[in-house]
Amino acid sequence: MADFSFPVEAGQIMLFARAVGDPNPVYADPVAAAASEAGGILAPPTFVQVAAHYDPDWQLRPEEGKPWFGSGRTASGVTQTEPHGGGPGGGLHAEQHFEYHRHPRPGDVLAVARRPGDTWEKSGRRGGRLVFAEVISEYRDAAGELVITARNVVVRPERTVDAGAAG
Amino acid sequence: MSLRSGDLTVGECHTRLLTQDLTRTQLVMYAGASGDFNPLHTDDVYAREAAGYPGVFAHGMLTMGLTARALTDWVGDGRLTRYGVRFRSQVWPGDTLSTRLTVTAVRDESGQSVVDLDVVTVNGAGDEVLRGYATARVD
Repeated sequence: MADFSFPVEAGQIMLFARAVGDPNPVYADPVAAAASEAGGILAPPTFVQVAAHYDPDWQLRPEEGKPWFGSGRTASGVTQTEPHGGGPGGGLHAEQHFEYHRHPRPGDVLAVARRPGDTWEKSGRRGGRLVFAEVISEYRDAAGELVITARNVVVRPERTVDAGAAG
Repeated sequence: MSLRSGDLTVGECHTRLLTQDLTRTQLVMYAGASGDFNPLHTDDVYAREAAGYPGVFAHGMLTMGLTARALTDWVGDGRLTRYGVRFRSQVWPGDTLSTRLTVTAVRDESGQSVVDLDVVTVNGAGDEVLRGYATARVD
């Protein structure tokens, strides 16, 4: 979990807002956003997920010269060692929590510091064992002020995928 | 737009349609914007043949992002102080999704009026796909 930082950019905010189906001008139109209560473009509530693009350790991004587990000539570019994808795709997103100290704006550069949280186990509805692992991420601005604290929980099913997690 | 604490009643609900037909293209857009290129969400061949699912399904974070619109359209921009969810079941292409927001408290937090909300997103069959909470500053 290397620390890294990323720039908050207006273009990426626009693309992200489109990707979550939100035409609110506060995410795309600098003039309308300036005239609104927000006073300018700001990032949508789940925007900091884009940090994945800048995360040097992010495994869910193809990397030139390395095998990729998605399909090409065959259904997967790697040998599947676990059911339901295994590998970097084997975990599913079970929970996500954000605490907003303020909402990021274009021009912010956010430093991301991550640390592991709790881990726990549960029995799945269809018999397998589910292993939950929490990661806490702190996003700080250039002044070192906390902007967002995030907590995500990933579940790794040991046998079958349970409906308690949805990706 | 902004909400006023005096106008809010515990128990009041707001329901908002998010999509009537979630497309695979929306999943591709979310993958590109977010950087989560897990082929489970964009690569039907992989999802079916390698991973054993009926096909691609939505990123949980896409459902959380779609649901956020119901929140911000109602509470206003830049007003959320907390938003958290559990992903309850998978969201598939073709799904209809709607969100129900329920006021659970109107209270004071360090001298600021805030509203607490229950957040539930359901599919067309009425199954919960996401359940969570949010807190927003109100006037």
